Amino acid sequence: MSAIRWTVTFQVFRKKGEQASHFDEFKLEVDPDEYVLDGVERIWAFHDHSLVYRHACHHSTCGACGMRVNGAEKLTCITPIRDVTQDGGVVRVEPLRNFTLVSDLAVDMGVMYKHMDLVGQHPVNLDTNEAIQPEARPAGPTVDRPDYLRLSDCIECGLCVSACPITASSPDYLGPAVLAGAQQGGILGDAQVFHLVDSEDGVWRCHSAFECTAVCPSFVDPGWRIMDLRRQVIAESFRQLFGGSNPKETGSKEASK
Amino acid sequence: MSDITREAPITRAAKWFDPRSRTINMVGFILNRITALGLTLYLCMHLIVLSQLAQGPGAFDTFLANIHNPIFTFLEVLVVTAGFYHGLNGIRIVLISFGVGVRYQQALLISVLVITVVVSAVFAVHMFSF
Repeated sequence: MSAIRWTVTFQVFRKKGEQASHFDEFKLEVDPDEYVLDGVERIWAFHDHSLVYRHACHHSTCGACGMRVNGAEKLTCITPIRDVTQDGGVVRVEPLRNFTLVSDLAVDMGVMYKHMDLVGQHPVNLDTNEAIQPEARPAGPTVDRPDYLRLSDCIECGLCVSACPITASSPDYLGPAVLAGAQQGGILGDAQVFHLVDSEDGVWRCHSAFECTAVCPSFVDPGWRIMDLRRQVIAESFRQLFGGSNPKETGSKEASK
Repeated sequence: MSDITREAPITRAAKWFDPRSRTINMVGFILNRITALGLTLYLCMHLIVLSQLAQGPGAFDTFLANIHNPIFTFLEVLVVTAGFYHGLNGIRIVLISFGVGVRYQQALLISVLVITVVVSAVFAVHMFSF
């Protein structure tokens, strides 16, 4: 932390229920090395207790505090104020796009979590119905249990979904986070996941804008993973075309990267 | 801001055209769609123009003489620009969809843009001096 103080105006998106959306302004004196989430929390603590937003860990692990800051998707707990504005400047804070708004800055990410389940990225071990323990996760990327990989890399913050221009126009699209999850878990050992990925709203809906990769705070690189899925789907389809056996049904798996 | 599944299709469809706070990749994506729409429109107009042939060579020559002006030449340069950009970017997307050069997709996009600008400039010089 530095001794420098900046005066910054936070413009915060507000919407409750069916009321029309608007922005509330809060002038704060901040240390420019503080994070955007610190400013939002100070607004809640000292100015307006009705402000709704999500946060938890404060160190980019839980993925809860994703918001749009001056138009760009950011994990606000690791975004210094000096990176997004200047002394006397504005920090415009809005909820993520392409999710259903709950209230103010909080969005409902349930659809993304359900899709994660569909591609085999379960929050619990389905055999034992117990939470997956970190030590139970395989160390390497080549695994036999895709469900063990959930949360090992992607923090499910939803920034990629918000930044994706295709998710904005096609709500049924699985989206970059889910497809990246499918790639991490592997698709060739599960016919259901393979067909979900190789579908109209799967990898073929992506139009290679790579905005998901640009905003990902965990360097998951969803854009690359979607392209890798396409490569796998194309290779598998060619194999089938020339009479290869069907690993989708026999259960063999190509190593995921 | 609300549930996007409840938005009108036209509202959702327009959302891809918003480059604010995005990277050059988004610009490439938007240009790809605009050039696709432009080339489709051009194809329709081209067929309409060709239908002038049914009225005889005299009518067609007269029509061509009427559109031989700088405005139409500029529009033809735009067709060349759109054709080169869309074609080259299409090759880029095919390559990265096969897993080739995905790590270099942004450099490929910049290369596509540079080649398109250079080729368009060369065509513009020739077409305006014709």
